Amino acid sequence: MSEHEVTLTINGEKVTRSVEARTLLVHFIREDLSLTGTHIGCDTTSCGACTVLICGKPIKSCTMFAVQADGAEIETIESLAAGGELHPLQEGFWEKHGLQCGYCTPGMIMSAKGFLAENPNPTEDEIRHGISGNLCRCTGYNKIVEAIQYAAEKLQAADAGGE
Amino acid sequence: MIPAAFDYHSPRSLDEALSLLKQHAGDAKILAGGQSLIPAMRFRLAMPAILIDINRLNDLRYVEERGDHLAIGAMTREHALEDSSVVRRSYPLLHDTAVVIADPLVRNQATVGGNIAHADPANDHPATMLAYNATAVAKGPKGERTIPIDDFFTGLFENAMADDEILIEIRIPKPAANSGGAYTKLERKVGDYAISAAAVQLRLDGDKVAEARIGLTNVSAVPMRAKAAEAELVGKSISDAVVEAAGKAAAAECDPSPDLRGGVDYKRDITRVMVKRSIQRAVARAKGGK
Ligand SMILES: Cc1cc2nc3c(=O)[nH]c(=O)nc-3n(C[C@H](O)[C@H](O)[C@H](O)COP(=O)(O)OP(=O)(O)OC[C@H]3O[C@@H](n4cnc5c(N)ncnc54)[C@H](O)[C@@H]3O)c2cc1C
Ligand code: FES
Ligand code: FES
Repeated sequence: MSEHEVTLTINGEKVTRSVEARTLLVHFIREDLSLTGTHIGCDTTSCGACTVLICGKPIKSCTMFAVQADGAEIETIESLAAGGELHPLQEGFWEKHGLQCGYCTPGMIMSAKGFLAENPNPTEDEIRHGISGNLCRCTGYNKIVEAIQYAAEKLQAADAGGE
Repeated sequence: MIPAAFDYHSPRSLDEALSLLKQHAGDAKILAGGQSLIPAMRFRLAMPAILIDINRLNDLRYVEERGDHLAIGAMTREHALEDSSVVRRSYPLLHDTAVVIADPLVRNQATVGGNIAHADPANDHPATMLAYNATAVAKGPKGERTIPIDDFFTGLFENAMADDEILIEIRIPKPAANSGGAYTKLERKVGDYAISAAAVQLRLDGDKVAEARIGLTNVSAVPMRAKAAEAELVGKSISDAVVEAAGKAAAAECDPSPDLRGGVDYKRDITRVMVKRSIQRAVARAKGGK
């Protein structure tokens, strides 16, 4: 069994922990760091409930070992509501009813955050492709797409205002 | 589910990775994107004693034309292929393939080298690389060697590399003038492996097909070329009858297994249709279309 010291930045905070090599990143985030907003929905890398951003890119944290994240910057759903104010994506899911049971929502939002950073003004089709690694059993996706459209518009307006 | 325990190494250079691999040959596995290996470890279908993680080898990430070929570093993420302007412009078959592999989250991690080294007939790159007549470049203790893609896939999940070799690069010959290629895949839902898929790369000489190579996905135990279908095309002028004959030849020569994605007859017929559609798009592209 091999133990490794891992130092990474998560939601802006630097943490150092000793982990067993086989610890999956999602278990490290949920159990060692007690950040339970990141969910686990499957055993087969299929559902995307575990999506987090690593150096800005959305990935499935159940399919990466925690040791591999040594030196990385990770963002989870807990980083979004800075100062208690909802992020435009969270607001969009609220306003457009983008969730029902909410199980897929953290993963959906982190995926959307990742692809909006690359493509701030996506078409509906691009949004649907962007979230195609995230499964939702409740909504039928239409409301999720509307929520992301809402957020994209709001983020763009904020960008334009800030210039 | 949690993988069995293993020792973990994260080499900072290719030489270090190679010497670790040599030291532990037989017990160690390379960890690339992990999108095939980690799921297999979680089900304990794979229980390597040692993992050599090559994700820090940033020198193995590139997609660029060099001389007569496109060179793809083994650690290039699938997502980088989607974004590459040279791929978009000159390698439409590769671009078609990259965008239908798994889903965007998996593609942010999965690597081109891993997709090929895994030698899974369900993976999409093997068929595409067979159609392109690509070359794999492996490096081991004795140095580098090239392996023609026709010799690379030796069995289900088995390739022609030795235990102490690492796949470092894939080379795709630059398509000649009047060439075109296309990949057509049928999947049950976005992100799934193919029910069947066909990769076609061909070159026209006037009205006639001068050269054609066809690779098939997920309809055989080992990634395969549809050689009978190729023979139906070469030397002929493209017509509906010729395209149909090639599709039928592929349906006859493939060897699918029945599973949740369908029975044998269904998969053969889908193969016929995938091959036909890929030929039609490849021909259109060879003539300058999209
Ligand atoms: C939900 C899901 C859906 C998927 N759907 C598809 C799909 O539709 N089409 C498709 O093509 N793939 C699909 N995949 C597989 C995915 O593309 C894999 O990532 C890919 O097959 C392997 O690449 P990797 O970099 O993740 O390799 P890893 O999982 O890290 O490695 C796979 C194997 O190759 C070996 N290996 C890796 N790199 C090297 C190297 N450089 N030298 C020597 N050996 C090496 C490893 O030791 C291991 O045995 C899917 C995966 C998931 C989880
Ligand atoms: S938990 Fe389902 S993809 Fe990670
Ligand atoms: S809201 Fe229930 S799974 Fe998406």
